[in-house]
Amino acid sequence: MQVTMRIRRFNPEKDKKPYWGEYTLDNVEPNDRVLELLHRVKWEQDGTLSFRRSCAHGVCGSDGMRINGVNRLACKVLVNALGEGDHVKIQVEPMLGLQVLKDLIVDMEPFFEHYRSVMPYFVNNDPVPADGRERLQSAAARARFDDTTKCILCACCTTSCPSFWADGKYVGPAAIVQAHRFIFDDRDQAADERLKIMREPDGVWRCRTIFNCTSACPRDIEVTRAIGEVKMAIRRGGRGAIQETEGTEEAGGEG
Amino acid sequence: MQTHQYEALIVGGGGAGLMAALYASRGARTAVISKLYPTRSHTGTAQGGIGAALGNLEEDRPEWHAFDTVKGGDYLTDQDAALVLAEGAIEAVIELEHLGLPFDRTPEGRISQRRFGGHTSNFGGKPVRRACHSADRTGHMILQTLYQQCIKNNVTFFDEYHVVDLIRNGDAVVGVVAVNIDSGELHVFHSKAVLFATGGWGRVWEVTSNAHTLTGDGNVITYRRGVPMQDMEFFQFHPTGIYKMGILITEGVRGEGGVLLNDRGERFMEHYAPSIKDLASRDVVSRAIFLELRAGRGIKGQNYVHLDVTPETVNRYLAEAGESRRITGEYIESKLPDILDFCRTYLGVDPVKEPMPIQPTAHYGMGGIPTDLDGRAVIDAQRTPLPGLYAAGECACVSVHGANRLGTNSLTDLIVFGLRSGKHMAQYCQGTDFTPLPSNPAGEIEAELERIRHASGTRKPYELRAEMQKVMMQQVSVFRTAEGMQEAVNTIQRLQDEYRNNLVIDDHGQRFNSDLLEAWELGCLLDIAQVTTASALAREESRGAHSREDFPKRDDEQWMVHTLAYRTADGGVELNHDKPVDLSLAAKDERFKPKERVY
Ligand SMILES: Cc1cc2nc3c(=O)[nH]c(=O)nc-3n(C[C@H](O)[C@H](O)[C@H](O)COP(=O)(O)OP(=O)(O)OC[C@H]3O[C@@H](n4cnc5c(N)ncnc54)[C@H](O)[C@@H]3O)c2cc1C
Ligand code: FES
Repeated sequence: MQVTMRIRRFNPEKDKKPYWGEYTLDNVEPNDRVLELLHRVKWEQDGTLSFRRSCAHGVCGSDGMRINGVNRLACKVLVNALGEGDHVKIQVEPMLGLQVLKDLIVDMEPFFEHYRSVMPYFVNNDPVPADGRERLQSAAARARFDDTTKCILCACCTTSCPSFWADGKYVGPAAIVQAHRFIFDDRDQAADERLKIMREPDGVWRCRTIFNCTSACPRDIEVTRAIGEVKMAIRRGGRGAIQETEGTEEAGGEG
Repeated sequence: MQTHQYEALIVGGGGAGLMAALYASRGARTAVISKLYPTRSHTGTAQGGIGAALGNLEEDRPEWHAFDTVKGGDYLTDQDAALVLAEGAIEAVIELEHLGLPFDRTPEGRISQRRFGGHTSNFGGKPVRRACHSADRTGHMILQTLYQQCIKNNVTFFDEYHVVDLIRNGDAVVGVVAVNIDSGELHVFHSKAVLFATGGWGRVWEVTSNAHTLTGDGNVITYRRGVPMQDMEFFQFHPTGIYKMGILITEGVRGEGGVLLNDRGERFMEHYAPSIKDLASRDVVSRAIFLELRAGRGIKGQNYVHLDVTPETVNRYLAEAGESRRITGEYIESKLPDILDFCRTYLGVDPVKEPMPIQPTAHYGMGGIPTDLDGRAVIDAQRTPLPGLYAAGECACVSVHGANRLGTNSLTDLIVFGLRSGKHMAQYCQGTDFTPLPSNPAGEIEAELERIRHASGTRKPYELRAEMQKVMMQQVSVFRTAEGMQEAVNTIQRLQDEYRNNLVIDDHGQRFNSDLLEAWELGCLLDIAQVTTASALAREESRGAHSREDFPKRDDEQWMVHTLAYRTADGGVELNHDKPVDLSLAAKDERFKPKERVY
């Protein structure tokens, strides 16, 4: 089939403002990845086209971008998901809410700054077990935070969030997901400190439960639910026992 | 030009680089330089597990792990290194758990373990549960955990800085030159010690499990500055890549009971490895698949076979083997969620209900920058260290993997030797002063980058790359002959010539010039292809992943030696075969003596 790629272009060394470039590709297979099409444009037609990528199978988080208006990883969307027939049009733009540096590349620094602000690391100051072995954890306790361990920091969620677009000071869903991963790990001892950070004005209460993040997540993390659980833990004053928090209650119900 | 000064520099933010950084930064002013944001390193794609003889589910011992490593490496493994790996693995995995890594758990709350190819109990007996795992995202968890700990410990990062040269002053190693990818400017990093942890080079081949960014930079940067590459003829083809795409399907699938089937529905591994069948070493399984395909037994006559993990099939074979264990669809969903996702996304195939189409895929470089047990680069057959230069992870060759790496042993290698080299670097920096930089330290590489930026030939990098990948796939992959490899030698030489004299790129700008950096990476890939082919052509025997149809037997008389490849002044390759394999375990224990390898 034939595909027309409409790509948002911007070269800071030449262009005053962004513009749309159009590129036609023949002999596209329905199960080609959008990333492969971007490579074909770059390699066969215009080597100046710039985008990030690495693994090409949806696990490194490099190539988050807006494809037909929705945030996705270019390597995880196939052409057949975007259209059928002899001719398909695909529109590609950089993620919103972060400054565009060149073409599809945005400045990730503010994103990583939010990430770093939530203590995204394991804290346990007790001496390690005397037998020199692992700390024990039940399978149920491990399952409690499984969903949020899957995050690859691609920023698809945060840059699809209207609250983040409105004010980039909001930590954003990805950082909350990271906080969740540790708050609900029963081996960790810094849940209270993280909940304090989450309670701050740019923390979790900025979430308006719009669910864009959940639909954007290429790893199928239930982001809005995780945010809801963090809100609940704040109200409750702690992460609570494992079984108690298992129910969804009103995930993200507030505000 | 900006100049920075750190005592220790770590090039690469994958598992090996981050582990080394955690340890180096405890004793030396350290910076990590990485062309990718560290969490995007390829370590994050590792699926199946990390090997350590914890014995959480059944009896296991480090000596057994060392034995499997030596045998898996077809006796080219340095035995002292195998023992350090196996013993260090236990401590290393426990340390990862203490750092917060969310391993799957046994009913007792311990780290859960599964079977993996080539890992056995009691010196080659039954398959043993040794692979510690977190679903099929073990590498992701390792990478995230280490990065998190680096954040916690305030490690300094230069993200999206692409290292392009090693700076030497006389014999000393004094730093690196890197391109700030965003601005396009060159930065000089002055240091007492440099560690390369730049990962693999699977992009030399057409079908690969490796990321686009795995282009062997560290190996080539050091090679061009006088350091040899070791054992480059040994490159592993993983048996189970998704047909045509090369995306990896972890061996964990077979560990959970999945089987390989040909067009007749036969479980063909029963013929090639009667005792452990589908869980034989990777080289053995990849060859078996190639032979099945060659005999016309690919599915519907095509170039692939089936990997079947449907509960129906798995349970049938479990019953046949007299095992009481049975699996369900739900169990597969919980143990292999990412694999299911890949197949559903890219193939529209649901592995719980139907088999997956697979073919061998270029996966892992056993060779690399030769090092000693502390990660110090060694530059000759006498193992003389080059002070201040270190390597760890896939770009290094200790050599624990010998002629063929066992599954789960790379992650172990990253952690064990990342840790050891980080520690050693910190010590080294404390006892050493800075050697001054030479004058104009970035001059040569700047000239080369400008040459590429403004090259006005006719061949685009992707054309040259595609030609290289094709000839390497056809002539220097699972099976090799002198004739085929000679063709590869000629093609690579022509491509290198075109790269120097007839290249052209489109982007002449400074900022995020990935056109330029991809072209520079192509130069690395071509050098690796050249060294790999030269090393493979010279080794006239078959061992591990290096399988010569014209020399089908292993030849221990002549070839119990490592290959060292040096760059000559005119860009050729000079080979040295004087470095013997370490056989220190065999000297004390008969069982480690080289013998025929059967599974
Ligand atoms: C799909 C897949 C599955 C795997 N599964 C397993 C498994 O289950 N168990 C196992 O043991 N092994 C597995 N492996 C192998 C293992 O994952 C890798 O060998 C290992 O992760 C390599 O780690 P590393 O730290 O050496 O390099 P990488 O993680 O590849 O990191 C390389 C780093 O170097 C940086 N870099 C590279 N070049 C430059 C440059 N020029 N300048 C600056 N920075 C640079 C990159 O940015 C990156 O940070 C798997 C491999 C693949 C491909
Ligand atoms: S390139 Fe890694 S997620 Fe797409």
